[in-house]
Amino acid sequence: MDTFLQQIINGLTLGSLYAIVALGYTMVYGIIQLINFAHGEVVMFGAMITLSVISAAAGSGLPPAAMILMGVAVAIPACMALGYLLERAAYRPLRKAPRLAPLITAIGMSIVLQQIALMIWSRNILSFPQILPVTLYEVAGASVSSLQIIIIGLCLVMMTGLAWIVYGSRLGTAMRATAENPEIARLMGVDVDRVIAMTFIIGAGLAAVAGLMVGIYYGLAHYTMGATLGLKAFSAAVLGGIGNIPGAMVGGILLGLVEALGAGYIGELTDLCGYSTLNFLFQSRCADGGNLVLFGSNYQDVFAFVVLILVLVFRPSGLLGERVADRA
Amino acid sequence: MLAVLNLKVSYGGITAVKGVSFAIEQGETVAFIGTNGAGKTSMLKALARVLNEGTQGSIKLRGEEIIAMPPHHLIRNGLALVPEGRGVFARLSVAENLAMGAYIRNDRQEIAADLGRVYELLPQLRERHRQLAGTLSGGEQQMLALGRALMARPQLLLLDEPSMGLAPLMVNKVFETIRTVAASGVTIVLVEQNAKLALQTARRGYVMESGCITLAGSSSALLADPRVRKAYLGE
Ligand SMILES: Nc1ncnc2c1ncn2[C@@H]1O[C@H](COP(=O)(O)OP(=O)(O)OP(=O)(O)O)[C@@H](O)[C@H]1O
Ligand SMILES: [Mg+2]
Repeated sequence: MDTFLQQIINGLTLGSLYAIVALGYTMVYGIIQLINFAHGEVVMFGAMITLSVISAAAGSGLPPAAMILMGVAVAIPACMALGYLLERAAYRPLRKAPRLAPLITAIGMSIVLQQIALMIWSRNILSFPQILPVTLYEVAGASVSSLQIIIIGLCLVMMTGLAWIVYGSRLGTAMRATAENPEIARLMGVDVDRVIAMTFIIGAGLAAVAGLMVGIYYGLAHYTMGATLGLKAFSAAVLGGIGNIPGAMVGGILLGLVEALGAGYIGELTDLCGYSTLNFLFQSRCADGGNLVLFGSNYQDVFAFVVLILVLVFRPSGLLGERVADRA
Repeated sequence: MLAVLNLKVSYGGITAVKGVSFAIEQGETVAFIGTNGAGKTSMLKALARVLNEGTQGSIKLRGEEIIAMPPHHLIRNGLALVPEGRGVFARLSVAENLAMGAYIRNDRQEIAADLGRVYELLPQLRERHRQLAGTLSGGEQQMLALGRALMARPQLLLLDEPSMGLAPLMVNKVFETIRTVAASGVTIVLVEQNAKLALQTARRGYVMESGCITLAGSSSALLADPRVRKAYLGE
């Protein structure tokens, strides 16, 4: 099997999911300079709600696609309402407060949402009913599943749609104008509160679909799943340049690739027996093709944070962004 | 068109506008002159409801009280402000800035026609319509700010120091445009440091000093007034 190609495919799948979630962080940051730490929890609600709907419909004999569509039809509006509620009830009253106040509130909301999910869906790891038949295709020594193709395709469609909204529609122009100068946008007749609310709603809609896809891809859902996923997507947004929409897309996909390739090769690279100069030190372990691996692929989660730290140290404005500098 | 009664603006403890009253008729161009810190910008911001906390008094736009109106409704009522320092959206293209001017309108064909008119009035904008507004020169940005305000088809246009930071040639161009707009029937309130030019453009004017209107009269009377000549015309 070709590890490299395989990890590229896995990385693209993961990366396009990160990108969709990262967009939610970056859009909100772009418009009100808030890191909405509760965004990961909106993704988790998306996964949980779809899981509940699919489980409820599982015995009904409906075709799997119909069940998933039902899940989406419930999860998207529910998450959008949740996103709106967060903005309206938690962040809007603090819009004129010092920046630390809404930031701490965001962390608080993330905890509150986790606890609510814990009460509704229990502390157990829930498994998604295996309703989608997954086909594996062989491509040049690597395997691609039908699910991966659907995920990558759907994410691309969503990113294109979002790009159209932001760069091609009246609402999007108003969003970018508001992000740059809300006072002047208001002079043009823009209802700034409504535009900010729409930004949260659109981000939450994307999060709902991402949650559903993550749930189905891994077959699992848990009330804490939003935390790690959220932090990684946030790292992706920072990598691309927080506040920058194409940046979130690029950052997400890059992070997915880094993670997958890292996980694929870290065992080989940190196998001390692989370095002939060190071999003599560990003769007993390394004899007969033995190995001494320092870090295994279970270190996958570390890469996102290594990337986050490197970006913050060496290029805080991210790959595509100059926003932080002129905003801070 | 506009009737202002005892308008006060304060920032925390500082009172920047200390109760001004004036009225502006439909179709006229009126200048406000005054030194730095006289409160001219604060007054315009209060009129356009950019400032809401700390404003008191009465502002009637065509008879309707607007002192408590949500700011984004003002432009629907025909009032547009071109703010001090232009306030173009630097990361939006020239065309997008102009589109934002017409944000409140839904009449696509009329918008397209007005866009054509603005480009005719300000041809340098047409040439640069895809350029980001932040890359325009100061004078071009002032033209864009003016064009953007016109895209809303305002009846009352508030201009805050349109000549600020511009070379003489550009100032002439900007004022030529302002005269054309005024001739088309738009009522204009023109705030300026350049007292001479402002009074030559307007039919009448007010002089503001530390938050109060201290002189009022026709442009010719103000231009002839020794106090104005001494303080604002450097004679
Ligand atoms: N945001 C603010 N907070 C506190 N004080 C302010 C604020 N804006 C203006 N002021 C004060 O209000 C007074 C009037 O300022 P304003 O900008 O209205 O004057 P101006 O006549 O427009 O001056 P200029 O000709 O220099 O533009 C000044 O003393 C200024 O320091
Ligand atoms: Mg001023």
